[in-house]
Amino acid sequence: MDPDLALLLNGVVSGLLLGGLYAAAAAGLSVSFGMLDVVNIAHPAFMVLGALLVAVLWGATGLDPLLLSLLLTPAFWALGALIYVAYHHFFERRGDEAIQGLAFFFGIMFIIEVGLVMTLGPEQHFADAAYANTTWRIGEIDLPLRMLVPAAVALAAIGALALFLRRSFTGRAIAAVAQDREALRLLAIDPVRIKRLAFGISVAMAALAGGALVVVQPVDAWSGHIFIGRVFAIVIMGGLASLGGCVLAALAFGVVENVTATFYGPSWSPAVAFGCLLLVLAIRPQGLFGRAA
Amino acid sequence: MSGTALPALPLPAPRRLGHAGFWLASAVAALALILALRGFGSEYAYFAATFVLQYVVLATAWNILGGYAGYVNFGAAAFFAAGAYTTVAIGKALGLGLLPCIGFAALVGGALGLGTGILTLRLRGAYFAIATLCLSVVLQTIVVNWSYVGGSRGAYVLRPREVPFGFDSYSGFLCAVVVVLAAAAVAIARTIEKSRLGLGLAALRDDEAAAEAAGVPTLRLKLIATTISGAMMAVAGAPLPYLGSYVEPNSAFGLAYAVNAIAMPLIGGTASWAGPLIGAVLLASLQQAATVTISSAANLMIVGVVLVVFVCAAPHGIIGLFRGRR
Repeated sequence: MDPDLALLLNGVVSGLLLGGLYAAAAAGLSVSFGMLDVVNIAHPAFMVLGALLVAVLWGATGLDPLLLSLLLTPAFWALGALIYVAYHHFFERRGDEAIQGLAFFFGIMFIIEVGLVMTLGPEQHFADAAYANTTWRIGEIDLPLRMLVPAAVALAAIGALALFLRRSFTGRAIAAVAQDREALRLLAIDPVRIKRLAFGISVAMAALAGGALVVVQPVDAWSGHIFIGRVFAIVIMGGLASLGGCVLAALAFGVVENVTATFYGPSWSPAVAFGCLLLVLAIRPQGLFGRAA
Repeated sequence: MSGTALPALPLPAPRRLGHAGFWLASAVAALALILALRGFGSEYAYFAATFVLQYVVLATAWNILGGYAGYVNFGAAAFFAAGAYTTVAIGKALGLGLLPCIGFAALVGGALGLGTGILTLRLRGAYFAIATLCLSVVLQTIVVNWSYVGGSRGAYVLRPREVPFGFDSYSGFLCAVVVVLAAAAVAIARTIEKSRLGLGLAALRDDEAAAEAAGVPTLRLKLIATTISGAMMAVAGAPLPYLGSYVEPNSAFGLAYAVNAIAMPLIGGTASWAGPLIGAVLLASLQQAATVTISSAANLMIVGVVLVVFVCAAPHGIIGLFRGRR
């Protein structure tokens, strides 16, 4: 095969795998930001918290990191529910969630990160899965399991979440609260309880994404920063409340970043990806896959 | 250090003080502050005062868009760094000193603000915030890849040997420049607040559709506010290379600037010029003290905790607390 073509194919495939990781990180945000209208800027910080907890637990038990992150999800769900209760009590109820709420989550992000630095130290932490050093090869294309397994687990989790949102009563209530909370109240469903549940789910997704992240790369307390822009970009490009759009946007984002990195060097990839987002915002603010309001 | 100089700042101005009067009062306050610091004469006092006052400029500038118009800008660090790198680039290209560089920084920051505004201000609330966050990433990538200003290695900026205007040291001169900038920033903010522009911004903050319907040219006002705010944030960053003699992208674009620029006005109170001033002086002094006595990780922790406590307990800042009591 032509080496340039092989390089391009490899770039696209590993971009898709990277996109799977981004999808995991963005799916939770798509619930909190897209559906609940809670601008949880600390979402990547929760992901990093999950990743570092997984790394610590992995050091203690030696269990599979993705399994550990699954075990962490109930605790993260409770944490998320707790934070939503505080958020609702202080901001949403009073109706000044816009600036104050943003600042609240900004502060939470800082507290998580600095807390992690102070307890675990500023160095990078990692967790090695059993399959981390295996690479499948299909023709000229490399499929490192280190990327493939987290991406597959992430997509499976997102699929399960999408199924839950579409099929179950509670899931449909979550989708409904995004559209009209007063109508929900008329059906004798407490919107606050539903939003609390959904916000817990979004933070639990962050724990899962953290497990995927720590399999892919070593993580330090500040790793979340580079994800803030990315995950919001993906959720917006995906059209906010749509999980499917979010996955597609994540894959596209991963491919654009990775192909740029392959051909022009990794230092340019963020600018290209975020340039795309600025264009999307300027031309089509409802997102690539969203419907006009 | 900086704490002892605080009484020299203007007391809450009488209600009916005109624009000229307020500018005069800030000029007097600036002069008094410069003389007080001169009396101290220690290098550390100059450094700490410069550190605190650059945040006064940054927070005041952020508040013009974020507080008066209600548009949250997460990219304060981008504008700040744009100012710092303008100083590096212009200083290297034309060999100019700090003062002309500040002028150039204002132009660059203003242009950047206007460009961001045109691109994003049709978007509401959170979208605008995220677009500014992206702007910060794009700009940082460009600077990292721009080897003329040092790329990711950073750039050294040597302080000139001769000290201008009879100051006792270059730090003294730098500090005086930043004092003047801070006084000017506060005066500009107050002038805007009390002008038609400020009233229009307040109207669109409270209800943009209603303001538009009442004949407020919202888009134009927002563009003006973004331009002024961007220019002032860049001005705040312009002296940075001289303060540490070294800048590198990671610290110049650091999230600490972005979070401080938001936290300070929110803690002080966003609706008035005094809010960012109080917040910046309080929080920056606290951070400087924590950096010296505990550790630099702890100082960020303090910002985070203070921010969360304040937005929960005192949603209208310190100013709001006092207004509520009255």
